[in-house]
Amino acid sequence: MRADHGVGEAVLRRARWGHGETAFWLIAVAAIFVFPDRYLILTEMAWLGLFALSLDLILGYAGIVSLGHAAFFGVGAYAAGLLAVHGIVKEPVLALVVAGLAAMVLGFATSFLVIRGSELSQLMVTLGIALLLRELANKFSDITGGFDGLQGIVIDPVLGLFAFDLFGKVGFIYCLAVLAVLFLLARLIVYSPFGLSLRAIRNNPLRAAAIGIPVNRRLIAIYTLSAFYAGIAGALFTQTTALASLDVFSFERSADLLLVLVIGGAGYLYGGLIGAVVFRVLQDMFSSWTPQFWQFWIGLVLVLIVLIGRERMYRGVQWLPRLVLRRIAAARGHAAAPDRSAS
Amino acid sequence: MFIRQKTLVQGAVAGLLLLGATALAARAEETVKIGLIVPMTGGQASTGKQLENAVKLYMKEHGDTVAGKKIEVILKDDAAVPDNTKRLAQELIVNDKVNIIAGFGVTPAALAAAPLATQAKIPEVVMVAGTSIITERSPYIVRVSFTLPQSAAIMGDWAAKNGIKRVATLTSDYAPGHDALKFFKEHFTAGGGQIVEEVKTPLANPDFAPFLQRMKDAKPDAIFIFVPAGQGGNLMKQYAERGLDKTGIKVIGTGDVMDDDLMNGMGDAILGAVTAHNYSAAHPSEKNKAFVAAYEKAYNQRPGYVAVFGYDGMHLIYEALKKTGGKADGDSLIAAMKGMAWESPRGPISIDPETRDIVQNIYMRKVEKKDGQLWNIEFETFKDVKDPGKTKK
Repeated sequence: MRADHGVGEAVLRRARWGHGETAFWLIAVAAIFVFPDRYLILTEMAWLGLFALSLDLILGYAGIVSLGHAAFFGVGAYAAGLLAVHGIVKEPVLALVVAGLAAMVLGFATSFLVIRGSELSQLMVTLGIALLLRELANKFSDITGGFDGLQGIVIDPVLGLFAFDLFGKVGFIYCLAVLAVLFLLARLIVYSPFGLSLRAIRNNPLRAAAIGIPVNRRLIAIYTLSAFYAGIAGALFTQTTALASLDVFSFERSADLLLVLVIGGAGYLYGGLIGAVVFRVLQDMFSSWTPQFWQFWIGLVLVLIVLIGRERMYRGVQWLPRLVLRRIAAARGHAAAPDRSAS
Repeated sequence: MFIRQKTLVQGAVAGLLLLGATALAARAEETVKIGLIVPMTGGQASTGKQLENAVKLYMKEHGDTVAGKKIEVILKDDAAVPDNTKRLAQELIVNDKVNIIAGFGVTPAALAAAPLATQAKIPEVVMVAGTSIITERSPYIVRVSFTLPQSAAIMGDWAAKNGIKRVATLTSDYAPGHDALKFFKEHFTAGGGQIVEEVKTPLANPDFAPFLQRMKDAKPDAIFIFVPAGQGGNLMKQYAERGLDKTGIKVIGTGDVMDDDLMNGMGDAILGAVTAHNYSAAHPSEKNKAFVAAYEKAYNQRPGYVAVFGYDGMHLIYEALKKTGGKADGDSLIAAMKGMAWESPRGPISIDPETRDIVQNIYMRKVEKKDGQLWNIEFETFKDVKDPGKTKK
């Protein structure tokens, strides 16, 4: 941020809805029509994107690291599954909210453990909570179905109108809609004064406290919100696959989530979404190409991303479109050099 | 922000293009496609590898054309995670238009695919997963592997009849382990035996040492063991390290722990262990000798029971296609598979026409040394055992 702008002005500029964002969502909607035979993986991208978004909220904006985000995902997944199996809340959208709230309660309760301590202890505590929950789900197998997973989940039509089909079309549109709504909400939040205070805390908690920001309360709030998002992602997973098994709590799920965010980049909301798309595409490509060694190739790509650096890679990808944009701008006769201040 | 927004568009476009490229799936009229979903990565990877080997071996020996149809196998890795299984099965059915789905390394994976088999009306050939309930979840499921109650119940009877009075049990803490424990206990205590200690070990990366110590302290006549394929090696090593082999406590169990492809690594501590199972690489039939020789030649290792399951699974599919004259719709195939009987490397087996589950001989075997190698030598046969988990109802 350059100093010669007023802070308020800079924030406003950042919060403005850009063309890139419009294009992103247009493409997402276009995917419904362009890839009618890939709805399942698109659905996975949608809930994984939402899950990554929830991690981005705490990691990218508040600087809380987590290796156990699957805890909330899992609670959301099992909550949605149990609500459906026992017919407590039949309607999926309502069940989604209830599942999200269940994860939120857990998020609030555990936030007190997580926000105290350094990054390393945050990693350990979050990891521990996820492992604990997995073991609890394993032990209480009469409720959760144990290792075999919850059996007999049947999800009612969305809003009583749209039944989930074998091709996954309804599932994808449903996930995409939920993702869009929650994304907009997250966008509002991170550009609000509350969101800005989080960034201040991330950059320097002591200083933030000194200028009167209630650090702990803010961290608890965002951690709880993030748990809500993760719970919704888990519930979407259960509702679209009619599955809930111990894997929803697995360490791999939390670790993959970090990878997704590393690929996409943290701290600008879209990172999780892009990361989810790239991660799933890579996974799908490599694993149909070589079912045995695909993990090696994913690993290699990750190492390359870290070595080359995301920024440099993006610049490579951007070269052509930026050239075109510059030509157009030049043709219009006024300077429109891309604003680099926020990069 | 500008830079990043552009990135969004490009990232998304590139991603979707890639996705489109991988979505290419052609369908030929005269092909029968089999979607083979197995764990090729993760903790169950050895299961997937053996299945793949066996399927390839079967196709090499029997050609890739049956009843005028070309057989095409599409291999997918689900890492034994059920949501992967479900997605892969769904994609195989919807996009690749497979006629049959097969594989399934663990019970949750097989269960996850069950509703799809019902909805799409295509056969699901379960090649490994061994929990009793699986075949009840869809009328299109056929199982060629085994169920744990089959061997655990027989082990319980045998132990009670052969002078074993006090048994401590060590079983893996998940559905097949619970099945094994339940049926062993029922049959053993009905025969007058007593369970003196019962421990359940975690499924993921267990350290057996403390559990084995408890076994040792309970001073039983024998310990009954069930752990999934692949964990037996580690368990038996720790068993020897703790000196349990010198205490005179016998090892009994279902055959999973004495998996043929691992047992040579377990050392002499396992000599004399008695297990009940459906397959031993030492099974004295011509069919099995030929199978073991061909497998060892192709992959340079001894086949375990999972390999036999894969081999038999392919056999079932081939024979069913022959019987229907190449008709590959689900109902015809399932009808052809019901009641089918054949000679497998493990001995005579058949598909129960009522439950679509496997009926097979269960052998009592003892670990012995022959030509410097360890083998499960069969000494008693229980003929045509159905799944006790279902016959009881």
